[in-house]
Amino acid sequence: MARRLTASRRRYGEALIRLALMACAAVSVVTTVGIVVALLEPSIEFFRQVPFGEYLTGSDWSPLFEPSSFGVLPLVVGTLTTTFWACTVALPFGLGAAIYMSEYAGPRARRWLKPALEVLAGIPTVVFGYFALTAVTPFLQDIGLPVEIFNALSAGLVMGVMILPTIASLSDDAMTAVPMALREGAYGLGASKLQVSTRVVVPAALSGIVASFVLGISRAVGETMIVAIAAGAQPTVTFNPYEAVQTMTAYIAQVGIGDVPTGSLEYKTIFAVGATLFAATLIMNMVSIRLVRKYREVYE
Amino acid sequence: MRSRFLFPAALAALALPFLVAACGDDNSSGGGGGNLSGTIRIDGSSTVGPLSEAAAELFREENPDVRITVGISGTGGGFEKFCAGETDIADASRAIEQDEIDACREKDIAYEEVTVANDGLAVVVNPDNDWAECLTTAELKNIWDRGSNVNNWNQVRDDFPDQGMKLFGAGTDSGTFDYFTEAINGEEGRTRKDYSPTEDDNVTVQGVSGDPGNIGYFGLSYAIANEGKVKTVQVDGGDGCVEPTTETVQNGTYQPLGRPLFIYPSAEALQKEVAREFVQFYVDNQEAIAEQAQFVPLTEEQQQEAADKVARLAG
Repeated sequence: MARRLTASRRRYGEALIRLALMACAAVSVVTTVGIVVALLEPSIEFFRQVPFGEYLTGSDWSPLFEPSSFGVLPLVVGTLTTTFWACTVALPFGLGAAIYMSEYAGPRARRWLKPALEVLAGIPTVVFGYFALTAVTPFLQDIGLPVEIFNALSAGLVMGVMILPTIASLSDDAMTAVPMALREGAYGLGASKLQVSTRVVVPAALSGIVASFVLGISRAVGETMIVAIAAGAQPTVTFNPYEAVQTMTAYIAQVGIGDVPTGSLEYKTIFAVGATLFAATLIMNMVSIRLVRKYREVYE
Repeated sequence: MRSRFLFPAALAALALPFLVAACGDDNSSGGGGGNLSGTIRIDGSSTVGPLSEAAAELFREENPDVRITVGISGTGGGFEKFCAGETDIADASRAIEQDEIDACREKDIAYEEVTVANDGLAVVVNPDNDWAECLTTAELKNIWDRGSNVNNWNQVRDDFPDQGMKLFGAGTDSGTFDYFTEAINGEEGRTRKDYSPTEDDNVTVQGVSGDPGNIGYFGLSYAIANEGKVKTVQVDGGDGCVEPTTETVQNGTYQPLGRPLFIYPSAEALQKEVAREFVQFYVDNQEAIAEQAQFVPLTEEQQQEAADKVARLAG
């Protein structure tokens, strides 16, 4: 053990490989930095023309109309509403599926379930979007809910289904990694299967579960296609899930494919909204890292 | 968006020497003898887009080597590119405006306005809507005007039912938006804000067909193509209710929502034989083109005027 495991001769191939691999790792960092830089400049110019306070607290978002107004609140509320409904589906069902797969399912069921979940994760979001608009919304209307044709509820629910596999799969990994000895100890004390699952395994895997939640929620916040197709294009400050909303991402998509002149104030709005979105997900990730550290339990 | 136009532009630059060679001795008219080549770049109104696409398609049947790109960035966006010299022809669903005229003049871009078809805007409602057979322009303005808070049909007319209403309409970039707001609300861009604006007419179809009370507007051609999913409303512009149809748009009785559609070829583009032939072809075959793109063809009088203009330009 005392001897260092270095080669007696310099291996240039190794250095090359090391460099290539480092470049691979650097791509994501460089991209993130690039995005921040690209977002920052037009955003700063935007805030030179529109006061920051007015942007953050204004409740009327209509930058393309005359007279224009730049209160981002309706878009933020739209994003929060759809994300909330996504969570009502994805968090309980995702966690439930993970508990089943890790604690209850036999190896055979597990062999089928996990790939099936991953197939769900592979469905293009545009397909989910039209599924929400042409299947889920009519269904909600059929069961008597007063939903509009474009509404936050249907988009949110389907978005929940979209992020469910992420949460289920990552939580399952976290729970499977909990040492068998913990379970055996609990069983030895006379605990039932449910007690072992919910009181021993879930708390032990909590850091991984929280990480999966945050990742799932981040995806919901950033999801574009489903909300652009099914949630409407009407920025309103409303938490009523039956009404049409517009999320931050859907706004960016709408203006991005339109033809507002480059460099105009209207054009810069998409960078300001993009920066807002970026800041929101960044804060969420930071919070999650803290949570994960706080609840992390290390075994052996 | 912008990069989409770089490639054709580069292609055009490459094709130019061949083009000059091709222009040498061929002087036949009326669509050419099938040996034309080169690139024509068109951009503009999403309403006129399908028309230019139909024209391009028919033209290419005779001249397969000609490349024609048709963008749909809206009338305003089309003029912006046109006056920057990025395109050969601008598609427009309204006449060119003063600031656009100035922009073109600044770049020394001369052009001519050629009427190529007629179009009507249709106000559409859900097929289950059996009360709003006909709306007056005043009622439409009451619904769509700036600051309007009409959200129930019983606010429109006393004998209309108590039925909620959601509105769907054109996005602010489109010529349809400019035209509707001017024709109904009296000022371009003047509108209530709390409706679902979209550049994609299909979203409006989905929205209006999704609930019995919903209302929207877009090009008549699109309304006819979606008959059954949405229902057109007669419009009373002061002289009684008029149904939006080919005939009423063509004879000008469907007012104020009937309008002519234009293309704006640049004088520079018309120096090239391929573009000249194309514009000539466009006007000569306007009826077939309009039919294919589901528009309303020109009247004889309009066609004569367009043909005269083209002859003057080409000469």
